Amino acid sequence: MIRGDGLVQVSMKLEIRDSPGHLVAALLPISDIGGNIKTVIHEHNQENTNDFLSVEVVIEIPQERLESLINLFKEKGIRIQKIGQDRFSYQLSVIIIGHLVHTNLGDTVDQIDRTGYAEITHMNMAMPAINERSSAQFVIRSVTREDMDHALQILRTVAQEKGFLLIEPLEVM
Amino acid sequence: MRIAVLGLGSVGYGLLSSIVDKHPNLTITGVADSKSAGINPDGIDITSLLAQKKETGICGDPSLTARDVVTHAPYDLLVEVTPTDAGTGEPAYGYIKEALSRGAHVVTSNKGPVALYYNELHELAQKNNVSFRYEATVAGAIPILHVMQHDLLGNTITALYGVLNGTCNYILTRMAEEGLTYTQALAEARELGYAEADPTYDVKGIDAGIKLVILANTIFQKNITLNDVSITGIDLLTDDALRLAEHQDCTIRLIGEIVPGTDLFRISPRIIPKNHPLVVKGTLNAITISTDMAGDLTFIGKGAGSIETASAILGDILYISQGKCMD
Ligand SMILES: NC(=O)c1ccc[n+]([C@@H]2O[C@H](COP(=O)([O-])OP(=O)(O)OC[C@H]3O[C@@H](n4cnc5c(N)ncnc54)[C@H](OP(=O)(O)O)[C@@H]3O)[C@@H](O)[C@H]2O)c1
Repeated sequence: MIRGDGLVQVSMKLEIRDSPGHLVAALLPISDIGGNIKTVIHEHNQENTNDFLSVEVVIEIPQERLESLINLFKEKGIRIQKIGQDRFSYQLSVIIIGHLVHTNLGDTVDQIDRTGYAEITHMNMAMPAINERSSAQFVIRSVTREDMDHALQILRTVAQEKGFLLIEPLEVM
Repeated sequence: MRIAVLGLGSVGYGLLSSIVDKHPNLTITGVADSKSAGINPDGIDITSLLAQKKETGICGDPSLTARDVVTHAPYDLLVEVTPTDAGTGEPAYGYIKEALSRGAHVVTSNKGPVALYYNELHELAQKNNVSFRYEATVAGAIPILHVMQHDLLGNTITALYGVLNGTCNYILTRMAEEGLTYTQALAEARELGYAEADPTYDVKGIDAGIKLVILANTIFQKNITLNDVSITGIDLLTDDALRLAEHQDCTIRLIGEIVPGTDLFRISPRIIPKNHPLVVKGTLNAITISTDMAGDLTFIGKGAGSIETASAILGDILYISQGKCMD
């Protein structure tokens, strides 16, 4: 599977049987299915003592596999107490090369931000000598995958209008 | 099998050397370069031919031409390895048509006629019950066309991604690894003979675009031209851009992309994770094919070179001579 970084970040509260080996067994499906575990928060001193404990995991996973993961947990008898996703769950970074400042950088960013469904959350700019083209990395986040496609389309148009070279990531299939 | 070879440059020379070394049963009945030609129905002595070419720069009789070989020499298979003309496909296009019409098989490494006239040449070959093969036109030594036309026949290919131009890949590798500017890396590539004096064709993505056209038309039964490929080269890339990619553990490579389902044909520099299988170094080529049954397959190898290209041509010749195909 060709992958860029079009992953979603999801946090889940799982109910796991409190005995040796169960935590590891519970986390296995995540990596099996191609997700990355970002963090595991293990609450030991919690109230419910009836042989179960709650574990909060934050994972990164291709959106299209989230459903399968949820099913896998169900099959294994692991209850999902809570599941949360960022509103802007898609993330992608692009690099733009051109006379970024002279061509109203604020406007370039704004064209994405004012869509409401996508925004540029981070920008890393390398400033070259005066009059040379500058290069910048933009991190774009969007609500859905389609929104990301739209945002990219807007950027492509802007790049064409302003004479930028837009470098896109090799995308998720 | 009697073979005629047009073009005795890097590829033609490499091919004939390996025929002498490894396949002496193949008989060469005709040869031609730009200034001369030779015909011998009983077989030309390849060793002395190669020596003569090296010494004098011509391979045969200056009063004969490639056209004479194509129309008059006795041969069962024509190897066409003259220079690529991406605009007209000539002189190869004319030579190939003539050979196919005579009922001879044709093997070529010349991208021009395949990119411009594949459908016509393919039909002409079928009509005459002979083969037209062109493995060496895409990704040099990597047998990518054969794999897709034969081994993966039972699969549906959903996408193809490729590093198809060794010159660009060399420049990008050097920019990423040594922090060179584009201009410095290009100068280095020229010095090492990886880039032409006029590198436009490579660095603007045109060469890769032509290979994409060949893949689209021969494998995916499209009928596109270079104008249908969206092409962005690497000539406007900055070293800063490579550093920015590096910050995310990524790099930048010139990637050719075909998504047959949506008719997407694109050559463009892309941000790609450094550990991705398509991130190959130096002048190497690489192709990933996404399929429904076999999953993703990645092929890596030398995209050019005298013997490497001859390897692909020889594969085509032997495949035909063993009577394995009429496609
Ligand atoms: N080199 C590679 O690694 C590579 C890889 C893949 C594909 N290809 C393709 O393979 C083909 C050959 O490449 P190459 O590197 O061998 O090129 P090359 O070194 O330039 O050799 C071309 C040969 O063709 C001869 N020639 C030129 N015009 C001719 C004409 N009108 N009729 C007959 N012969 C003619 C030349 O004659 P003289 O000897 O008299 O000059 C020379 O022998 C090209 O189409 C190229 O794009 C090359």
